[in-house]
Amino acid sequence: MPRPLDPVSQGTRVTLGVSFFILFLAAWAFATLGGFVSRTFLADPITMVQDGWLLLTRFGFLGDIGITVWRVVGGFVLAALVAVPLGIMMGAYKSFEAFLEPFVSFARYLPASAFVPLLILWAGIGEMQKLLVIFIGSVFQIILMVAVAVGNTRRDLVEAAYTLGSSDQGVVKRVLIPANAPEIAEILRLVLGWAWTYVIVAELIGSSSGIGHMIIDSQALLATGQMIFGIIVIGVIGLISDFLFKALNRSLFPWRLA
Amino acid sequence: MTGTILQIDSVSRVFPGVRGGAPVRALEPTNLQVAQNDFITILGPSGCGKSTLLRIVAGLDRPSGGRVLLNGREIKGPGADRGMVFQSYTLFPWLTIAENIAYGLREKGMPKAQRQEIVASYTEKVGLLGFENHYPKQLSGGMQQRTAIARALANDPEILLLDEPFGALDNQTRGLMQELLLGIWERERKTVLFVTHDIEEAIFLASRVIVMSARPGRIKADIPVDLPHPRHYTMKTTPEFSSLKAQLTEEIRVEAMQAEGVH
Repeated sequence: MPRPLDPVSQGTRVTLGVSFFILFLAAWAFATLGGFVSRTFLADPITMVQDGWLLLTRFGFLGDIGITVWRVVGGFVLAALVAVPLGIMMGAYKSFEAFLEPFVSFARYLPASAFVPLLILWAGIGEMQKLLVIFIGSVFQIILMVAVAVGNTRRDLVEAAYTLGSSDQGVVKRVLIPANAPEIAEILRLVLGWAWTYVIVAELIGSSSGIGHMIIDSQALLATGQMIFGIIVIGVIGLISDFLFKALNRSLFPWRLA
Repeated sequence: MTGTILQIDSVSRVFPGVRGGAPVRALEPTNLQVAQNDFITILGPSGCGKSTLLRIVAGLDRPSGGRVLLNGREIKGPGADRGMVFQSYTLFPWLTIAENIAYGLREKGMPKAQRQEIVASYTEKVGLLGFENHYPKQLSGGMQQRTAIARALANDPEILLLDEPFGALDNQTRGLMQELLLGIWERERKTVLFVTHDIEEAIFLASRVIVMSARPGRIKADIPVDLPHPRHYTMKTTPEFSSLKAQLTEEIRVEAMQAEGVH
């Protein structure tokens, strides 16, 4: 048995990580190809890959992927542009926090998916509606998390800045923001993951393109292979964006790892 | 002796009681006059209000009564005229050593060329040449506190405030840091207010030791240290040093016993 908290080498880490994927795939193949699960409900891995290939080559699924990625990034960027400054203001100024925090805490629990019917009424079924779903789902979360991070800035760093002659504005710009920049980036990475679930919900209802639309279309055809392929594509894109975000954070904030 | 630079006028501090408890009198009305170019150490057991007094001088805490005058002007808040070094490591982790030392100068709006010159001179004075582009995390505790001293001094404050700056360092490093700080003071003659609970440190550095008593905090003794400069670490074993140490140990011991409730 390994010891608690004992580190593992990089090689072991990769091997173990990959082996679970293999194990998962094997269990799936065994259940489906072995005939334990009806083909109507769950496609086997080979059918899934064939369906996926067909989707990509014949049915222009790449376009769907592109439009979904665009929606996620668009809604998420809009949310971040609004939420990060608000969160910083709330973390820095307690009166501002007292003013907004109760409402934001309430709004955060409003499920973004429940807004879909309402947003269709307001914005139709165009792109604006998709962006708004993601916006509503992300903006309050980012505000609150950024506000908490900024509010927890080490007091002694702030005090040190004041004794070095910083003004109040200087403290916000040159202590609160840089001190919390890595954490804010981490928050954005986390919320981007959640934004992916909102976009699919938005696309399941009232949409004519996107990964979510393809999944709901395939349901009508009982094409479980295509549906699973769509879900897996979402997972893979999530993994890639997570990786890119982490790499970006590492290069932006070398002092954290120094 | 030159004129008074800092005047502490019956400054007191009462912390409001927590959850309806009785208010805590951290600092009784305290008077202290600090002469220009003096090196004063404030010595006392923990909880004697010595850090509170220093924070009030820094402007990071407000006195409940009384006032502090720096060059005749009342202190209303923190400012660049009073440099501070904290016990905790307060270098900005996102800035390199050189950028940390330049922080105050940048806040003043000093042009880059001039900044670099000052940074280079203080990097050299605290013995950190070659570490300019390192991040604080890459440095030992002693090096970080040296940088913090350089950062405070680069701002050219009228008085340097140090709140147990070497408290978290091991004994050997602490000894070296004391010599380094004293060496800088002997050359530049900045006015220094240095809070510590270490008796040896208090004597070795100071030209005047203020002993504070605990709960409520007040000044108990004001003892001049007439040991010659420049001071070398070997001084800590001289008879004069030892007798001062014995005297202060006795003063502090009574206070520590009272603070701990031992009689």
